[in-house]
Amino acid sequence: MTVTLLLEQMFNGLQSGVMLFLIAAGLTLILGIMDFVFLAHGAQVMIGAYAAASLTALTGNFLVGIVLAIPITFASGFLLEFLLIRHLYRRDHMDQVLATFGLILFFNELIRIGFGPAALFSDLPKALSGFVNILPDAPYPMFRLVVIIVGLACAIGIHMLVSHTRVGAMVRAGANNEAMTAALGINIRLLRRFVFAVGACFAGVAGMMIGPLTAVEPGMGEPLLILSLVVIIIGGIGSVRGAFVAAVLVGMVDTMGRVLLPVILRSFMGQAAADGAGPALASMMVYILMSLVLVFKPTGLFPPKG
Amino acid sequence: MLRLHEVEAGYGSAQVLFGVSFAIEAGACVSLMGRNGMGKTTTVRTIMGQLPLRGGSIDRFGDATPGRESFELARAGIGLVPEGRQIFSNLTVVENLSTFHRPARDGETLWTMDTVLDLFPRLRERLGHAGNNLSGGEQQMLAIGRALMTNPRLLILDEATEGLAPIIRQQIWDCLAMLKAAGQSILVIDKNIGALARLADHHCILEKGRVVWQGDSAALRADPQLTSRYLGV
Ligand SMILES: Nc1ncnc2c1ncn2[C@@H]1O[C@H](COP(=O)(O)OP(=O)(O)OP(=O)(O)O)[C@@H](O)[C@H]1O
Ligand SMILES: [Mg+2]
Repeated sequence: MTVTLLLEQMFNGLQSGVMLFLIAAGLTLILGIMDFVFLAHGAQVMIGAYAAASLTALTGNFLVGIVLAIPITFASGFLLEFLLIRHLYRRDHMDQVLATFGLILFFNELIRIGFGPAALFSDLPKALSGFVNILPDAPYPMFRLVVIIVGLACAIGIHMLVSHTRVGAMVRAGANNEAMTAALGINIRLLRRFVFAVGACFAGVAGMMIGPLTAVEPGMGEPLLILSLVVIIIGGIGSVRGAFVAAVLVGMVDTMGRVLLPVILRSFMGQAAADGAGPALASMMVYILMSLVLVFKPTGLFPPKG
Repeated sequence: MLRLHEVEAGYGSAQVLFGVSFAIEAGACVSLMGRNGMGKTTTVRTIMGQLPLRGGSIDRFGDATPGRESFELARAGIGLVPEGRQIFSNLTVVENLSTFHRPARDGETLWTMDTVLDLFPRLRERLGHAGNNLSGGEQQMLAIGRALMTNPRLLILDEATEGLAPIIRQQIWDCLAMLKAAGQSILVIDKNIGALARLADHHCILEKGRVVWQGDSAALRADPQLTSRYLGV
């Protein structure tokens, strides 16, 4: 295990962490603030990935594809809230689970009908497909670095939006006391729709960035949804700051665990046993992390006040 | 300005208001009195659209459409200082104020951040504090300032002096007298009958969800039986 490899894996962990944050940021607000169980957030990731991949193919330009796909993801969140979700706020959690689980199936099938069951692959533009040296003699894929930068930029954007804008203050006020917020002239229904649309938008951006790294295919959002739920629980349901810390933590633990665990195990057990147990244990690491957090801080690392 | 006619309202199967009628003219200050649990806060919630109207009608600024939502009524010009203050604990003092600023309807802005902070200089020293790091008196000032930021045509205060030290109470009463002198229409609920008699022009006494007595301050003072009979002091 060389320093270079370790560094590369840390970057991979950070990259997967910031992407998880983009997905979890909206979801933690939907779950924590609106008290709405929304399982179809992974579909927003898929919609973003498909929109970007097909628009990139159509226009022949990755950047143009992304820029055009962003409003589509915003609109999809906005419309979904308007057509369906708003009718479910007053229902109990079980109804919400059933309805939004149905949405997962619906969206996956819709994509299958529209684009076929096979994965889409999009070529990266030349400028993004090379390598850069993050240390002397430590080449790292240019695009992954771009993904990290975009993710961090979005994280700053989300922070500014929530903490330093008037609409962000309205969202926080609504989270604290919805009836009072309304009594001061804020249209809570519109506010919810806005949160939904912005959340869908950032999840979509994650899909656009992850797309070229993995396969753009039906059902691609669900593993990410599960990891985001882990992130939200670790971070504290409803806390955007908590989601950021937890997302980077989960991204790091997941990535580093897969690389380091087999190596560590090999140091005190046989090669074959270590190679068998390593990956199995590695895939459980984030859940073990979540359990540990829940034991010591049942409301998560940063439970929102109020 | 505001006209309640035979208003009925309640919670679930429990009816609380059984026909409440009173009115507030522009520029007037009206008090709503009554012992604990007689329906004062319920009346406020119904005026504010937080509870559905079950009977009767409420005319707010010439609009008696039933089923208006809270946020529409706030935008139409009702400024609420609720029972228990209900400061947003996760917002700073500045945010508690600035988030809800709304210019007055006729275009001229009466209240701004600056004028509200001039009214409550103590808040100026606490601008960056979270809402829950304030003393009770400061929270009450913030709740009043927050309602004023919406530039309301009618200000409603539900127990704005409850649980405050006497000197702070007096500050709140002075502030309300100032607002009234500036032409603000006010509906005020309080337990301090003396202070209400000095401030308000017209008084309504609620008993078990009905207005059992209405009159001006002179009439209120003239009938000492009223206080012992309906206000329990
Ligand atoms: N959220 C609620 N759900 C059910 N019943 C309620 C609720 N709030 C108040 N009530 C009942 O309605 C009645 C009137 O309450 P309300 O709060 O209007 O009284 P009030 O005159 O404001 O009293 P106080 O002086 O104590 O503030 C009481 O019997 C109370 O128990
Ligand atoms: Mg009350």
